[in-house]
Amino acid sequence: MSRVNRATAAQSLSVSLTVGAYGIAFGAASVAAGFSVLQSCLLSLLTFTGASQFAVVGVLGAGGSALSGIATASLLGVRNTLYGLRMAPVLNVKGLRRIFAAHITIDESTGVALSQEHLGVKEARQGFWLTGIGVFIFWNIFTLAGALGAQAMGNPAAWGLDAAVPAAFLGLLWPRLISKTDRALAVAACALALAMTPYFVPGVPIISTALLAVFFGLRASLWR
Amino acid sequence: MEINLLDPFWLAVIGTSLFAFILKCLGHSVPKRWLSHPRILKINSLIPIALLSALVAVQSFTKDSRLIADQRMAGVGVAIVSLILRAPFPVVVLSAAATSAALFHIQ
Repeated sequence: MSRVNRATAAQSLSVSLTVGAYGIAFGAASVAAGFSVLQSCLLSLLTFTGASQFAVVGVLGAGGSALSGIATASLLGVRNTLYGLRMAPVLNVKGLRRIFAAHITIDESTGVALSQEHLGVKEARQGFWLTGIGVFIFWNIFTLAGALGAQAMGNPAAWGLDAAVPAAFLGLLWPRLISKTDRALAVAACALALAMTPYFVPGVPIISTALLAVFFGLRASLWR
Repeated sequence: MEINLLDPFWLAVIGTSLFAFILKCLGHSVPKRWLSHPRILKINSLIPIALLSALVAVQSFTKDSRLIADQRMAGVGVAIVSLILRAPFPVVVLSAAATSAALFHIQ
């Protein structure tokens, strides 16, 4: 087993703790929406993709049907497919490991892997696994805590978590925005997602920005 | 204990989990050679940049499908300043949290 890069481990832990703590809010929201403690914990263990989980409890909590809850959650889960496309060649694993890698392919593990890629493939892999497993552990522990009635801690805004999570993703992304194309794409993606948000169901604005990546990618390769 | 599959809550838990897992597996199941064309490689490397940028924007400036500016904007603004000053990652996250929480309590 190769040595774990210190910087990679530190970043993985920071992200795991920040995002994991948000699990309290999920557990509290889930129980408030009418899910049992068991159901809330199963969502975190089995669905394990935060945005989809918040979406499904939001829909059912507002009186929506299971079908519309599943549909909304699944739209938000599509981006994990795209992350898988990116991570599979980097991880290069087979069998059970690949299935487990798929389960922990989320915003956080992909984000840390990308942020470590400049150090090497080994560090990118370590970042992916450490963050995926780290978030899995903390997210599930905190979901249980939130579901069991940590309501006093249930509002993430009181702890600044509502800003800490986007700040963490921004921190992962920042060093990756090297070329002009990267930066222009990042700005365009922010603008498109915000412009679409009032008019489309949750999930669609974010995955639509993949089309921008296609456009910028084609343009960059044609110009070279 | 029994699980009533017609209960909307159980249906939602099982359906959401199943689809989430299928979606995750799909990305890992695409044959490697499909992804090896240089143009596809370029696009594939850019996709997470677009998605994560969009995610930051949506998490910072929207609530229930509405565009709003609140304490999160200040928090993320401080994060940007820390990033420009090359602060270490935990400082970026903690400074954003502290700023946002302080504003939340002042309001």
